[in-house]
Amino acid sequence: MILKRFKRDAKGFFFEGLTLVSALIIITILIVMLVVIIIGGKSMFTWEFLTSFPTEGMTQGGIFPALFGTALMVIIMSIAAVPFGVITAIYLTEYAKENSVIARSIRFAVRTLAVIPSIIFGLFGLGFFIKFVGTGMDSAFMGGQLKWGQPNILWASLTMALLTLPVVIVSVEEALKTIPRELREASLALGATKWQTIRRVVLPGSYSGIMTGTILAVSRGAGEVAPILFTGAAYYLATLPGSLSDQFMSLGYHIYIMTTQSANVDQTLPIQFGTTLVLLLLTFSLNIVAIILRYRIRRRRIA
Amino acid sequence: MILQKIRTENMYLYYGNKMALNNVSISIPEKQVTALIGPSGCGKSTFLRSLNRMNDLIDSVKIEGNIFVDDINIYDKNIDVVNLRKKVGMVFQKSNPFAKSIFDNVAYGPRINGNNNKSELKEIVEKSLRDAAIWDEVKDRLHDSAMGLSGGQQQRLCIARTLAVDPEIILMDEPASALDPISTSKIEELIFQLKENFTIVIVTHNMQQAARISDNTAFFYLGELIEYNKTKKIYTNPDKKQTEDYISGRFG
Repeated sequence: MILKRFKRDAKGFFFEGLTLVSALIIITILIVMLVVIIIGGKSMFTWEFLTSFPTEGMTQGGIFPALFGTALMVIIMSIAAVPFGVITAIYLTEYAKENSVIARSIRFAVRTLAVIPSIIFGLFGLGFFIKFVGTGMDSAFMGGQLKWGQPNILWASLTMALLTLPVVIVSVEEALKTIPRELREASLALGATKWQTIRRVVLPGSYSGIMTGTILAVSRGAGEVAPILFTGAAYYLATLPGSLSDQFMSLGYHIYIMTTQSANVDQTLPIQFGTTLVLLLLTFSLNIVAIILRYRIRRRRIA
Repeated sequence: MILQKIRTENMYLYYGNKMALNNVSISIPEKQVTALIGPSGCGKSTFLRSLNRMNDLIDSVKIEGNIFVDDINIYDKNIDVVNLRKKVGMVFQKSNPFAKSIFDNVAYGPRINGNNNKSELKEIVEKSLRDAAIWDEVKDRLHDSAMGLSGGQQQRLCIARTLAVDPEIILMDEPASALDPISTSKIEELIFQLKENFTIVIVTHNMQQAARISDNTAFFYLGELIEYNKTKKIYTNPDKKQTEDYISGRFG
C-alpha cells in the first residue's frame, strides 16, 4: 500500500516538475536572448548610431538609412493595408451574412494568407508586382525603359501589405463586433441607412481596434525580411530613397547583411547587436501599445 | 372620427419554420396610447418591431399578410424603409444613447437627413429635449457625453432623439422596464403628454403601467391576438377568460 502510494505521489511530483521546467525554459530563453542583446547592443545605442550613415565600408557608423527605410516602408505599407483591411472587415461584419459562402471563403482566404511562409510572399511580390505590374507599366508608360520593373520601396511595401493584411482584418473585425447591436438598431430606427450607421456609429466606436490592427501590422512588417528580400531592400545605399521607384535599406535586412555578407563579421559585431536592439525595441514597444489598446477594447466588450 | 393609424390584416410572422405571430389583425387609432401586453415570448415585441420593419435585420424572419401605416402597405416592394423609420420612431428597452454628446445624440437624426444648419439644429435639439421633459436637467451640459446621464435620463434622451426626427408614430419596447420607480413615473407622464401629438404603441410587462397610461390594450398569447379593446374594458370586464386570468395574475 505504502509503496503504491509513494509511486503515485512520485509520478505526480515528476509530471508537475516537468511542466514547471518546460515553462521555465521558455522564460529562460527569452531572458537570455534579451540580456545578450541588451549587453551587446547597449553601448551602440546612441543618438549618433541612430542618426548617422554607415561608414568605412559599413564596418563603422550608424544605421540611419536602415531605420529611415524601415519607417518609410511601413508607412507605405499601412497606407495600402489599413484601408483595404478595414473595408474587408466592414464587409465581413456588416454586410456579408454570417455563414454565406462568400463570407466563409473570405475568412478561409484570410486564415490561409496568415500562415503562408513569408518568403513565398517575397517570391509572389517579385513575380506579380515587379515582373508583371512593373514591367507592364514600363512598356506601357516608359517606352520599355526600365523604371518600375525592378525592386523598389513601393513593391516591397505592397508585398509587405499583403503579408500584414490578415492582421489588420482580424483586429478590425474584432473591434467592429464589440459595437452593440442596440446602437446599430438605434441608428437604423432613426432612419439612418446602413452606410450612415457604419460611418457615424460603428466606425467611430472602432478607432482603437483599427489602431491596434495598424500597429500590429506595422510591428510585424518592420521585423520581416523575407518579403522585401527580392522586392526592394538594398545592401547599401549612399542616399535615402527619394521616390517610390527607389530601393531602400531596412533594419532586418541590415542585420542579415552584417552577419553574413560583411567584409569583416567580427568587426561589425557591435553594429549587429546595436541594430538588433533597435529592431527589438521598435517591435516590442509597438506590440505593447497594441496590447494596451486591445485590452481596453476587450474591457469595453465586457462592460 | 378617430383615424386608424396602423392596421394589420391576417399577419403571420415566422422565425425560420417557427411561427411567432399567428393571424394578427388589429387597428391602432391615431394619437392614442395602445399597450401590447402578454407573457414573455407571446410575440408582442416581435409585432412591435414589424411596424417599423426592424425585423428586416433578422435574416430568418418571414412575414405574410399586410401591415398598413396610413393605408400604405409598409411591406410593399416600393416602400423606402429609411423613410418608414423616420415616420415610425422607436424607443428600446435598454436605453441606447450613442457614445456622443447629449447634443449630438439628439441632432443625429436631423443630421443624417442632411440638416447641418447650426441654428436649426439647436432649435430642434432644444425642442426635442423639452418635449422629452429632460431639457432642464441637461441644458447646461449639452456637450457632455450622454454616457454620463442616469438610466432614466438616458431613456428620456433616447425619446428626445426619436422626437427630433419628427415621427408620427412612436413604438416603445418596454421603455421603463430597466428603470427605478421615479424614473418610470417620469416616463409615464411623458407618454401621457406625447399622445397629444403622436400615436404611441407600447409593449409592457407591467400591467398596472398598461392600465395607467393606455387607451387601448391588446393581449397577446402564444403569437395570437387574444383580445383587443379599450383598456378600461379589458381591465374591468374582459371578454375572454384567458385575458382575465392573465390580468388577474393567474398566469404569466
